[in-house]
Amino acid sequence: MTNIQNMKPVKTTYNRRSFLKSSALSGGGFLLSIGWLSSFKSIDNQSVTNLPPNWNELNGFIKITADNVIKIMSPNPEGGQGVKTSMPMIVAEELDVDWKNVIVEQADLDTKHFTRQFIGGSQAIHQGWKPLRNAGATARQMLREAAATQWQVPVDEVSTELGILYHKKSGKSAKYGEMASAAAQIPIPKEVKLKDVKDFKIIGKSKSNVDIEKIVTGKPLFGIDTQRDGMLIAMIVHPPAMGLKFKAIQNEDVIKKMKGIKDVFPIKIFNEGYEKTFFDTLNFNEVVAVVGNSTWEVMKAQKALKIDWEPIQSSTENRNMLGRKLTVKIPAGLESSTEHTEKLAEMLKKPLNVLRKDGDPEIAFKNASKVIERTYTGPFLAHNCMEPMNFFAHVTDEKAELAGPLQKPEFTEQALSARLEMPLDKIDIQITRLGGGFGKRSYAHWLLEAALISQKVKAPVKLIYSREDDMTSGIYRPAYSATYRAALDANNDLVGFHVKAVGIPESPLFPNRFPAGAVDNYLAEDFTIDSNITVGSYRAPRSNFIAAAEQSFLDEVAEATGKDPIEFRLDLLKKAQEKPVGKTNDYDPARYAGVLELVREKSGWEQAKSTKKLGVSAYYCHDSYAAHVLDIEVKNGEPIVKNVCCAIDCGIVVNPDTAKNMAEGAVIDGIGVALFGKMTFTKGVPDKNNFHTYRMIRMNEAPKKIDVHFVQNNIEPSGMGEPAYPPVFGALANALYKATGKRFYQQPFMDFMG
Amino acid sequence: MAKYNLKINGKIRKVDIDPSTPMLWVLRDHLDMPGTKYGCGMAQCGACTVHLDGTAVRSCSLPVSAIGKGAITTIEGLSENGTHPVQKAWIEHDVAQCGYCQSGQIMSAAALLKDNPKPTDADIDNAMSGNICRCGTYLRIKEAIKTASKN
Repeated sequence: MTNIQNMKPVKTTYNRRSFLKSSALSGGGFLLSIGWLSSFKSIDNQSVTNLPPNWNELNGFIKITADNVIKIMSPNPEGGQGVKTSMPMIVAEELDVDWKNVIVEQADLDTKHFTRQFIGGSQAIHQGWKPLRNAGATARQMLREAAATQWQVPVDEVSTELGILYHKKSGKSAKYGEMASAAAQIPIPKEVKLKDVKDFKIIGKSKSNVDIEKIVTGKPLFGIDTQRDGMLIAMIVHPPAMGLKFKAIQNEDVIKKMKGIKDVFPIKIFNEGYEKTFFDTLNFNEVVAVVGNSTWEVMKAQKALKIDWEPIQSSTENRNMLGRKLTVKIPAGLESSTEHTEKLAEMLKKPLNVLRKDGDPEIAFKNASKVIERTYTGPFLAHNCMEPMNFFAHVTDEKAELAGPLQKPEFTEQALSARLEMPLDKIDIQITRLGGGFGKRSYAHWLLEAALISQKVKAPVKLIYSREDDMTSGIYRPAYSATYRAALDANNDLVGFHVKAVGIPESPLFPNRFPAGAVDNYLAEDFTIDSNITVGSYRAPRSNFIAAAEQSFLDEVAEATGKDPIEFRLDLLKKAQEKPVGKTNDYDPARYAGVLELVREKSGWEQAKSTKKLGVSAYYCHDSYAAHVLDIEVKNGEPIVKNVCCAIDCGIVVNPDTAKNMAEGAVIDGIGVALFGKMTFTKGVPDKNNFHTYRMIRMNEAPKKIDVHFVQNNIEPSGMGEPAYPPVFGALANALYKATGKRFYQQPFMDFMG
Repeated sequence: MAKYNLKINGKIRKVDIDPSTPMLWVLRDHLDMPGTKYGCGMAQCGACTVHLDGTAVRSCSLPVSAIGKGAITTIEGLSENGTHPVQKAWIEHDVAQCGYCQSGQIMSAAALLKDNPKPTDADIDNAMSGNICRCGTYLRIKEAIKTASKN
């Protein structure tokens, strides 16, 4: 029974106009708005006529049938991070219903009703927490008011439990469904009460993935499974090397005569002069499309196509990076990894852009008793989502219908609107389950390609990238390098810290992260090297490299001071807590220390560190804290990870078993990428194009055991898609050092096991 | 083009098709059975795993002309309603993250258990190392196989 006395009142701000404004400005002002107002209008609106007659729309998130089935729309794309289950759980909690009666549906792109409808930054739960709770609590409050009116009793005497309204004094009760129509007529309450954390019945209790039964029976959930009457299959051919562009098709006639082939033609993805946004990254603006009846016929034609390519000229590109205007240089030339390595090393010798300086680092290093300097590198990485890039499109003169896997539908819709010169309200994007995203599906030039192909052939089209197209078409994790220096005084105290980081073509540096704030003399510099290799977000962008470098370095510095690596970090965090240096440190030292203390306890670190080959690492990113201890041995030159202990602080854990699954996945993926992940280039050509050359971790290489522990607190939840990933790399490097006596400075580590 | 009478999930399905077409695309494009997934097209990732006469095969590299009288089982035909012990174990362990590779994983696991009802950890590693999961659900897959082996 949810007791009113335990609930905390919050204001429900539902002014749609102010919500839209604040959301557009900063992305931070939309917490109290779900577009309830607009959806309430639709009760009397024609737009509800396409819903089953017995559905009563309460608000953008919730529908309740007369027979008490609760339907909750999950607003965000699902790519394996579990939000299709965990976001509705939050709504259901405040609505106070039985989870067994809840039906979850994936919402299409609908910017009128939903905010922040995308995957990125592990933010769905963090930013959705308040609006989702408010949505559930508001609906519940309206149901109570409806019941109070009907029963002629004070609303405070109406309680709820598992989707049933009660008036205990009179013994009256009603299912939510019975009051749903009346509740829809109740004015939206100005204030609703949220449950006390200790009264949660759904949040904090593991719930199965709502799609698990469909997944295990092979139901069509993914974009690549899309089927429509009269649908054609399309593939593209892009230049074989970065630095080349389309010139001419040599054998158009031959291809058009191939069996099942309808057409072959070049398409230009963006118009000249278009100001690209953050998510419009693409390498090849002109590609050749081949369209036919079936995938195999089109694959054969794709292989038979002969195309002339020519070198690109150096150019500049104006980009609007979420409001920050940038001019990006795109150099001509066919780049190779050997040159990239040289350029990174060369830049690290020069003074770079200073992003943060505390105290007097120069003097600290000059007067140091001991200076430690180490350089780390990480290569380009391909995302390798298991579902290759694809999109369905049916574009006519009147409208555009699209379906597929997409991380940033709202932004991609804007790009498509600009390209087709079609207003947004004529474009419908159905979001399918993503067969992996990892950042790659934030950039969706394949959606535009599908739309342009459909427009040209005047038919519904499914565009499929082959694995080779997927792996060689650009958008990689950038290549990075960083040099770290530490200054120790005569007492072996860390008195100076200096990080220099460069990337092609993106810097990996976060100047305000630990150990910034814990060292009196601190300097952080970075630089970006131009390239025509296109890059993009990759699970925990930048952190996925810089955490590996920093946490490996701290291990070595700890060793030089003679301290235990956990104790060394905790001492620094204590200083950051008690006497922080600077005011812009972007982590909470107490929570950071909390995961280190928890992992120390749970891994049995103190007892095992002298006998086992243990490596530790901790990191903070995307609002959550994670620390790992890896226990490894090396046999026949191959590392075997025997056990992994993870300690995580993501606040309230909404769906514990899924959160655990995310941490396990981050550990396994992280170990795989640290050991094997690498994309290199020879004269602009990606050296790997499928899984026979791009090594991925497999079951026999996965850790034997992973234990995941969560810090128990009542802090508002933060995400789990990324934070457990970055610290894996350093923990592995540090454990490998214990097992082999060798430090690992360059990824992938297997290249240096020797 | 050639005509084939294929035995798929216990039914005869007729197709008139280019003999070089891999079974993967016969299933997905011509028979409306999208449960079998495309991952690499070169038998490296296992997403397209089906059974041919009870043995796990990679359908992306198996031309339709090579099937003959062989019986194909896909994820859609593994059980009536997702009640195969492997499917039930996958649900029990809530294995999936993105889920894309899982039909191939399940088909590999079901073939393993048919031949070897009580596999050791090493047996599981050997049988399953042809299936890639980028999300990293390997430990849950292993646990689910052990659960299924008890049933």
